[in-house]
Amino acid sequence: MLRRMIVTRTPADVRHLEADVLIIGAGGAGMYAAIEAARRGAQCVLLVDRSLIGRGGATVMAQMTVAAAVGSGDHWQHHLADTLAAGRGLSDPKLAALLCEVGAECILEMDAWKVGWARSGNGFAAVQAPGHDRARCVYVDFLSTGPAVSRTLRAQVQRVGPAIRRIGEVAVTDLIVQDGTVTGAAALHVATGEALTIGAGATIVATGGLTRLYARNSASLNMSGDGYALALRAGAVLQDMEFVQFFPIGHLAPRLIGMDPIMWDPFRYKLGGRLLNGAMEDFLDRWGGDAENGTYSTTRDLATYAITKEAEAGRGSPSGGAWLSFTHVPEAELRGAFGPVIDRLAANGIDLTRDAIEVSPIAHYHMGGVRVDTSMRTNRPGLLAAGEAVGGANGANRLSGNAITEALAYGRIAGAEAARIAASGETPAFSPAAASDATGRLRASSRVVNTAEMIARLQRLMSTEVGPFRTASGLARAGLALEAMRAEVGDAPPGVSGVPHDLARLDWFDLRQMILVAGTVVQAATARTESRGAHQREDFPGTEEAWRLNQLVELRGETSSLSRLPVAA
Amino acid sequence: MPVATLSIHRGGLGDAPRRDEFEIAFEAGESVLDGLRRLRIARDPTLAFRYACLNANACKECMMLLDGKVIYACTARLEPREMRLDPLPNKTLLRDLATIIAPPDERLDRP
Repeated sequence: MLRRMIVTRTPADVRHLEADVLIIGAGGAGMYAAIEAARRGAQCVLLVDRSLIGRGGATVMAQMTVAAAVGSGDHWQHHLADTLAAGRGLSDPKLAALLCEVGAECILEMDAWKVGWARSGNGFAAVQAPGHDRARCVYVDFLSTGPAVSRTLRAQVQRVGPAIRRIGEVAVTDLIVQDGTVTGAAALHVATGEALTIGAGATIVATGGLTRLYARNSASLNMSGDGYALALRAGAVLQDMEFVQFFPIGHLAPRLIGMDPIMWDPFRYKLGGRLLNGAMEDFLDRWGGDAENGTYSTTRDLATYAITKEAEAGRGSPSGGAWLSFTHVPEAELRGAFGPVIDRLAANGIDLTRDAIEVSPIAHYHMGGVRVDTSMRTNRPGLLAAGEAVGGANGANRLSGNAITEALAYGRIAGAEAARIAASGETPAFSPAAASDATGRLRASSRVVNTAEMIARLQRLMSTEVGPFRTASGLARAGLALEAMRAEVGDAPPGVSGVPHDLARLDWFDLRQMILVAGTVVQAATARTESRGAHQREDFPGTEEAWRLNQLVELRGETSSLSRLPVAA
Repeated sequence: MPVATLSIHRGGLGDAPRRDEFEIAFEAGESVLDGLRRLRIARDPTLAFRYACLNANACKECMMLLDGKVIYACTARLEPREMRLDPLPNKTLLRDLATIIAPPDERLDRP
């Protein structure tokens, strides 16, 4: 049963769209899914994003590198071994294998689509990132990997033609469930402030992670964990929610604008650089890291630990992080490696031949997410997930370079499966009655409250109590504060519907999801009484073999409940 | 700390145009977008402007007029003077500083 894109008015006068495949999120995963669904015969793919198509999310922000076994002598099974080792025993090996195997195929297809991977001799230029057994990370110069990936996929989506309809400024607020099957979604059209419903034979959540829960983060505004909340409310299962990856050397000072805060990673790949404490001393080896001697070998979880502990011991840089210095690198070498970026740094008053900069850990990625099978299907018929929104492959700690690879591979797999489901006709037709709660919420009115301030407060709370280092008492404080915020937010959005670009109202819908998702992070982090990878408990510093378990979260009524499962074989 | 005075166009399509002035203290090097985001948190959550990435100049959504010239709010810096902010003049106004900039075939209502 293939559907035609039609626009109708339901009895409640809510605008309605129909699609074979609905894809929520137009980053790397969503765009690859759209291309693949159309390639597999879906005639009506609807690709929506709360921002503009191909401009929001994490993909466009990824200035770094992409891991894939595409070099001579490499094999995806070597990449898999490194991915599983990085996951600290919690990765799902089947999902991780798909990331490495299908990911490499996608990297080659992206090359055929002229993404512009940097070349060296007859092959791709590649750098060796920490945790990899060889140089395996391809990139687009200079610091252009993410924008190039976004631009290339967007061009391919456009090339597909009318089978893919793209609509920006659509913020999905709820999935619609009929007799246990997901039949579509309800959404806020941000530009007009109007409610919208969408019926679909298959729906893919490709909304990325939850880094916006934290005050300092490296992704964009869109990454509110909203896809997790959508899936959870629709009856899907989440896993590994306690594992938030903090990127150790996020830019801290001086104020740097027009640049991604994680831009120092490629500098480290190419030039090494030195991480120093406030007294300009090497310190990584004090906290279990390597004495790097000008190379870049310390993994993300260890570096985050070392920088935080050194600052806590009173030996941090003036702004509370660490110094990163390239002053020992000759100017010609700096320029050869990063050309125009050196000028952009100069415009920010930074001369790397003279100045060290300050860095500190910044929320970067979420290992956990929606639980799926190897076709990216959730336990809810009609609902799939792709990209960072998926949990499992990266276990307790993600290997450098795996995020874009994961986005492309899982997007491709989910798109193919969604096309199959849509063609099968197994999903019932969308019923407006099933969407009445969701559309009612979109059209409700309430008093104006400062939702922007509440989001800032939630971000501070999560940074303080649920950052890379956790304690039972801090997590308990966070849980209570989130409960209070839930009551403060209430049941209806501020203001009235139909106001163009109403950010206060959009913030309310985001807060509703952020509070739910933050609660699952707190719940899972509280229960895991050990330290592993990105989850470090100061009151339980050791890693326990008995905790080689995934924690699953489901929603029962309004309450999330936790269960445990041995890691998949 | 130095203080910038942001004079901001308010209102939607067809509304009588008006301006609000906000004084905002800033640290050297902060962007106009830093200032606007702080205004929403501290003063007026209803202020409308566009952005998706956070000061990375990746999404290119935060285009607006500063003293009549097109800028990205994320790369223009706050200065200790009156700074006039207006929506892009050649795009349809949504509200305040936000305009319709999506390509026509990526809108809900295609022209």
